[in-house]
Amino acid sequence: MDLHGEPLVRWNWVADHVDLFATLTRQHLFLSLMPVLLGLLIAVPLGVVSVRWRWLYPPVFAAANLLYTVPSLALFMLMLDITGLLSPWTAIIPLTGFTLSVLVPNVVDGLRQVPDPVRQAATAMGFGRLRRLLQVELPIAVPIVMAGLRVTTVSSISLVSVAVLVGQGGLGQLFIEGAQKDFPTPIIVGIVLITLLAAVFDLLLVVAQRLLTPWARTRRGTP
Amino acid sequence: MIHIIQLFWDWITQSANWSGDDGIPNRLAEHLWYSGLALLIAAAIGLPLGLLTGHTGRGGFLAVSLANFGRALPTLGILVLVVLLYGVGLGPVLTALILLAVPPILVNTYEGVRGVDADMKDAAKGMGMTGRQVLFKVEVPAALPLILLGLRTAAIQIVATATVAAYVSLGGLGRYIFDGFQRQDYPMVVGGSVLVVLLAVIVSLGFLALRRLVVPLGVRHREKAV
Repeated sequence: MDLHGEPLVRWNWVADHVDLFATLTRQHLFLSLMPVLLGLLIAVPLGVVSVRWRWLYPPVFAAANLLYTVPSLALFMLMLDITGLLSPWTAIIPLTGFTLSVLVPNVVDGLRQVPDPVRQAATAMGFGRLRRLLQVELPIAVPIVMAGLRVTTVSSISLVSVAVLVGQGGLGQLFIEGAQKDFPTPIIVGIVLITLLAAVFDLLLVVAQRLLTPWARTRRGTP
Repeated sequence: MIHIIQLFWDWITQSANWSGDDGIPNRLAEHLWYSGLALLIAAAIGLPLGLLTGHTGRGGFLAVSLANFGRALPTLGILVLVVLLYGVGLGPVLTALILLAVPPILVNTYEGVRGVDADMKDAAKGMGMTGRQVLFKVEVPAALPLILLGLRTAAIQIVATATVAAYVSLGGLGRYIFDGFQRQDYPMVVGGSVLVVLLAVIVSLGFLALRRLVVPLGVRHREKAV
């Protein structure tokens, strides 16, 4: 390790740039959480119809697999042709594709593992197809969908920093600054902040899951 | 979309792009070399650790937490930091690639081995198998689908990260993306990007084919039934 006497973290630089970190963090959260939100809004209906019409799922699953495979840096670069350097969509659209690739299979798995007797009981109680979906099937699918949501949220928060190379990276800008000036402090601050954000949002999702699935709690609580 | 395909076609059909250090064959070979080496070393670390934690059931929580933490680490930041601290070169970059690839291999192997039916293990023990035999003759074959999934995830991630590594002066297909970007030569950027996409897809399909080849028939049937 040779930093020519430069300390790993220059604390006074950190103290002087708190405002910058706040701005970048806001950008970062917008760019990384929008894809998760959009992905969820698309994945739930897409998953529902893929379960309803079985023939639809193999092509949807293949497309999801393909999207999962494609490196995001390459997608960001190809998006430039359509959205340009200044648009946040250059980052948001490819990341939404990544989110979908994880969430759609999870929604489908979640809905498929609803036990048939439960479905039949709901029908016997006079639930229509839509009400059964909203009040019985989707709530039972919550734990599996949540698992996917946690993976995509954490991945999105870390992946989006690569989009700084197409001008849209939130905290990723700290990496570029550090690399250009041979200055480790911003790089370390960036890594710490991104990892911290990922941990915080992961925790929030765990709490949300507990609130959304109260039955799981009571079951575990009874001896 | 059509514009992209046209740019790619025009770029890839130029004979100048097929020779020399900056030619496609050389860049592709570099990319495969870094990626293959990183995957091999990551597997040599992740597989035994996953088998050990899965077989004994100890250290599993640590393995899973490590995988989650690994997912949160921003690849660009790690690459830039490693190069700043240890200098430009294959060693530091390879270390970063391995660091990011071990967690998916480790955690999938662990989950795969741990998830093997307890009755199956009991039956194996009842037949007089030793712990080592149970691991290699029962647990590993039954866990193969998940083990391969972990290797595939790691491979996809390595191919993608090796592309980003061109930012810190490494060779490989990512060179086209960054050099093209700097020279404002968008066709070159497109050429590199599409090649990387194709490589990732081929690697991914390769693992699917491997899975068909090596996963025992009995395990495959069980999987379908669930």
